[in-house]
Amino acid sequence: MSFFYHFGHYLLFIKSMFSKPEKFRIYVERVFTEMVAIGIGSLPIVILISVFQGAVTTVQTAYQLVTPMIPKSTIGTVVSDSTILEMAPTITCLVLAGKVGSHIASEIGTMRINEEIDALEVMGINSAAFLALPKIVAGIIMIPMLVIISIFLSEVGGMVAGHYSGALTVNEFIQGARLTFELFSLQFSLIKAFTFGFIITSVSSFHGYITKGGALEVGESSTKAVVYSSVLILLSDYLLAELLL
Amino acid sequence: MIELKSVSKTFGDKEVLQEISTVFETGKINLVIGASGSGKSVLMRALVGLIDVDSGSISFDERVLDFTDHVRTRDIRRDIGMLFQGSALFNSATVQDNVEFPLKMFTNMTKVERLERVNFCLKCVHLDNVNNKFPAEISGGMKKRVGIARAIALDIKYLFCDEPNSGLDPITSRVIDDLIKEITEDFKITTIINTHDMKTVFDIGDNILFIYNGKKWWEGTKADVRTSNNKELQQFLNASYI
Repeated sequence: MSFFYHFGHYLLFIKSMFSKPEKFRIYVERVFTEMVAIGIGSLPIVILISVFQGAVTTVQTAYQLVTPMIPKSTIGTVVSDSTILEMAPTITCLVLAGKVGSHIASEIGTMRINEEIDALEVMGINSAAFLALPKIVAGIIMIPMLVIISIFLSEVGGMVAGHYSGALTVNEFIQGARLTFELFSLQFSLIKAFTFGFIITSVSSFHGYITKGGALEVGESSTKAVVYSSVLILLSDYLLAELLL
Repeated sequence: MIELKSVSKTFGDKEVLQEISTVFETGKINLVIGASGSGKSVLMRALVGLIDVDSGSISFDERVLDFTDHVRTRDIRRDIGMLFQGSALFNSATVQDNVEFPLKMFTNMTKVERLERVNFCLKCVHLDNVNNKFPAEISGGMKKRVGIARAIALDIKYLFCDEPNSGLDPITSRVIDDLIKEITEDFKITTIINTHDMKTVFDIGDNILFIYNGKKWWEGTKADVRTSNNKELQQFLNASYI
């Protein structure tokens, strides 16, 4: 019953955002601010995990493919396909659920316990729309962009690791990557990133928005935001794979 | 004028407000007093439309606050300014941005006009040279004053103050009380203050509403408070330092 209560509450929260904005220009400004916070703010961690993700996948795939019957370019194929289809969107978004999700939930949660949200409501501002909508719009724009960057850097990381570990040359990696590349894989990856972006920002905003109590509860909301976002990312990852592949 | 007719609110099994009817007069400082847990904060939240009441009605100059009528509720709220107990300033924004915020959201003023209005409002609350400070950099009393400045940034008709003196020293409390009185008179607005500070009652109160266990227990003027033979009111007064 608790699940249905919270899910219904979440849907009402999403619905409450869709009203005429008090001032459209202010919302646009807030979207750009959030795009910088989510996009630029998350870039260092995305760069770091992507490069190492590609490098580790290459080295471990090379370690498992020991038979001379399989060409070395297969490593490039495996790394590239797994990066585009799964690693870049899912792992990156799980990390972003921790970084962006906890930030959003604690920011909105703190505003709630400091009565800042009540102050917005008393002024006649739709607080859910004012606080959460720009974050959601920014999330669904910036997270797919971060995933594109992650794909590129994972491939680069894989190539560099393959070259320096002696597992395969850069040319063999590219040859392998191109062998099974399909545009749909990239589209599928972006669909996932878009969906995960919505999940991270909306679920985290919701948990921040319904915070009650004090500093301890803000921490709890932040944790819940990360946990629920991560679970929903994994669940929707499976559902999208079933539906679209 | 704000009129309440038989306002009731229940949380679970607890009746927090029971059939409260009263009138808060325009241009007056109306005080809601009562012990902690008596229901005065719930009443204040119901008045500003943060919670819906179970029964009864609240009307602002004949306009009934109705949650199903979003346009009217929004219009009423735009006539309301509120000073929160913890000031509720936006911590990530400067003092100037805090006061400017309602102007940005609800007016078509130019940047220069907004800045003039911000400075005027800050002057009204006797604050200078704090425009670029963040709430964390100013004292509790100054935060309250910025909260008042933000509340009056738009041409409001109703000012609500929730425990304006909580956490303040007696001298700063007096300053805030005087400020609220000054603003009420200058702007000719209806002010409702939620307090259990009896000094505020005797210093600036015009009309007093005493809430006891969620019920309207006593109502009268400041002069009537001392002469009233209402037992619970007298107990409340005796328990305070006056």
